[in-house]
Amino acid sequence: MSSSVEQLVNREYKYGFITDIEAESAPPGLSEETVRFISAKKQEPEWLLEWRLKAYRRWLEMTEPHWPNVTYTPVDYQAITYYSAPKTAKPLGSLDEVDPKLLETYEKLGIPLSEQKLLAGVAVDAIFDSVSVGTTFKETLAKAGVIFCSFGEAVREHPELVRKYLGSVVPANDNFFAALNSAVFSDGSFVFVPKGVQCPMELSTYFRINAANTGQFERTLIVAEEGASVSYLEGCTAPKRDENQLHAAVVELVALDDARIKYSTVQNWYAGDDEGKGGIYNFVTKRGKAAHRAKISWTQVETGSAITWKYPSVILQGDDSVGEFYSVAVTNGRQQADTGTKMIHLGRNSRSTIVSKGISAGQGQNSYRGLVQIMPNAEGSRNYTQCDSMLIGNRCGAHTFPYIDVRNSTSDVEHEASTSKIGEDQIFYCKARGLNTEHAISVIVNGFCKEVFRELPMEFAVEAQKLLGVSLEGSVG
Amino acid sequence: MSLLQITDLHAAVDEVEILKGISLTVNPGEVHAIMGPNGSGKSTLAQVLAGHPSYEVTGGSVTLDGEDLLEMEAEERAWAGVFLAFQYPVEIPGVTNAYFLRQAYNEIRKARGLDEIDPIDFIDLLEEKLKVVEWGPEIMERAVNFGFSGGEKKRNEILQMAVLEPKLAILDETDSGLDIDALRIVANGVNRLRRPDSATIVVTHYQRLLNFIVPDYVHVLAGGRIIRSGGKELALELEEKGYEWLTGPEAAVAS
Ligand SMILES: Nc1ncnc2c1ncn2[C@@H]1O[C@H](COP(=O)(O)OP(=O)(O)OP(=O)(O)O)[C@@H](O)[C@H]1O
Ligand SMILES: [Mg+2]
Repeated sequence: MSSSVEQLVNREYKYGFITDIEAESAPPGLSEETVRFISAKKQEPEWLLEWRLKAYRRWLEMTEPHWPNVTYTPVDYQAITYYSAPKTAKPLGSLDEVDPKLLETYEKLGIPLSEQKLLAGVAVDAIFDSVSVGTTFKETLAKAGVIFCSFGEAVREHPELVRKYLGSVVPANDNFFAALNSAVFSDGSFVFVPKGVQCPMELSTYFRINAANTGQFERTLIVAEEGASVSYLEGCTAPKRDENQLHAAVVELVALDDARIKYSTVQNWYAGDDEGKGGIYNFVTKRGKAAHRAKISWTQVETGSAITWKYPSVILQGDDSVGEFYSVAVTNGRQQADTGTKMIHLGRNSRSTIVSKGISAGQGQNSYRGLVQIMPNAEGSRNYTQCDSMLIGNRCGAHTFPYIDVRNSTSDVEHEASTSKIGEDQIFYCKARGLNTEHAISVIVNGFCKEVFRELPMEFAVEAQKLLGVSLEGSVG
Repeated sequence: MSLLQITDLHAAVDEVEILKGISLTVNPGEVHAIMGPNGSGKSTLAQVLAGHPSYEVTGGSVTLDGEDLLEMEAEERAWAGVFLAFQYPVEIPGVTNAYFLRQAYNEIRKARGLDEIDPIDFIDLLEEKLKVVEWGPEIMERAVNFGFSGGEKKRNEILQMAVLEPKLAILDETDSGLDIDALRIVANGVNRLRRPDSATIVVTHYQRLLNFIVPDYVHVLAGGRIIRSGGKELALELEEKGYEWLTGPEAAVAS
């Protein structure tokens, strides 16, 4: 493979700048003291502190999982700072009071927060290191009965809702990273869509890690009551830094009867340099629970992070519930990704669809790991899995680990897999028709990812294509 | 001035010389047929002209309209008006024919300092061009060559050619694998696209194509050299006598 192809995929990371802002941080290290410090900073009620401490104690007894197909320098949990907030952040103030430096940061990232420039039709919650710096369109949403705010604010304003649903999908002791998150989570987004309400706009959270040696541990909780529906998107970036940074988030989705939640991710954390120095460790637990006839759909476009370890999953608890997972994961340079999904079928006639597209370039390693489990009572359930890998160059790798566990005889599981190589011949064919190499690769990669991109909300499909180095005008629509 | 001027062209792949000194002059309005045994270098010549990076030009020169073709990237050659109908067209899953062709069309327009075509106007243009290959519009929503039959892929190449209107079209065995109707369609397409200012090089094994697309010149390529050139009657002679006639032991010594 010509080196020009690899260079092209090795685009410069545009979001690697650092915002110089005074921060208030916890001293590095993790102890009960740290947990108490965070909880006190956030003026949390006693029950939440207890919940955190319980999680922390469980975490102490757990060990870091090493089954993913990734290798990395061990994380020193005592070297991490677990809380960092810009001194001037005013979580309660209006957006006009937010430090201009922060507004500028988000503007640079393409996320305008000031009133005049808001993204039409999209409400944004902006999270900077450990705190939310502001949420747009709150009033419009409130009129519809939708609550969209930072997690910290939800704890203060809607404690009964938080208490009812927190940990109901991902228990505090679910796994090592989820337990860690439960102990030290700082902020995140909270969404509540009441019975029968269709959320009138796209909701979006933009996560930014800024401070050095700081972990980001956000917690997102989305609840759609009976018959409600909501579409939510998260975006993420971080500065270029030589040391690795840990991002261990937890996302819980609760879809009650007949509810629909669509959760999309465009992840572009810093991936580290060519030698594999620096970059984000993205160790995330995402799970949704779908009640009767409810539908949960995960769509992810993962292009960043040094290491990605995440399996957005759906527990198909209700009869006729639907779970979907559409994923594009790109690994380039020294990036490693072990990602996929779990579809746990408990309800009768539950259906799940998995479409995974892995793209490996440079020396990237891309693993798909998926579990489809159909329990005895989930009669008449169906799963369709399609798992495609594309290799660009000769030094990268693609791996698939599908686990299928069907415990009744009336269900149906279908699995298709393919591996293809973006060949010189494909590129030459495009060039011979007048497309330059860059354009050729974007057309080919874009075609490969088409089934996933068309699941993204329109605005973000365009974003995602750009992320893959794809021209704006495209196969969307 | 000649449209294409190839002078003593040598080319190698993996250090093995395949083209061993080819000279050929193609003037505007002409059709040249290139015939020759399997492995003689016909596709290599076509790929070298189109700019495939696997082939290393080790000697000689090629000009198009007086410009050095060998200096150009493949896409620059397309912009300059070179079009290769591939012997084995490549599949691009997930990318519709319509989208792909519009990209190609616009890139070529942009290179010539023209604005991109309005997508609606492009649909009209496509409709016109589809008639050339006697196809309905459904084909435009299918992925480029993906799951196409061998014959359909060849026909798709002619469709692309019709849209891109090249100055120099090189058809590499576009007739192979075509049924008799498809052969007529492809040949008609080529004939309809003939213009006084453009030229066509047809690589083929079969005289029958040349009944439809009547060449001005026929060249026989063997062992990386043009060993005989003549008029259209040369093709008939080859059909009758086979390549042995030219490449037999004596011929080999002579060349
Ligand atoms: N990429 C390559 N690597 C190695 N050898 C090659 C390559 N391309 C062509 N060749 C060799 O060069 C010679 C000429 O091949 P070419 O494809 O040009 O023949 P052709 O005249 O088009 O034959 P056919 O009539 O079978 O299409 C053959 O011996 C072939 O094996
Ligand atoms: Mg050939």
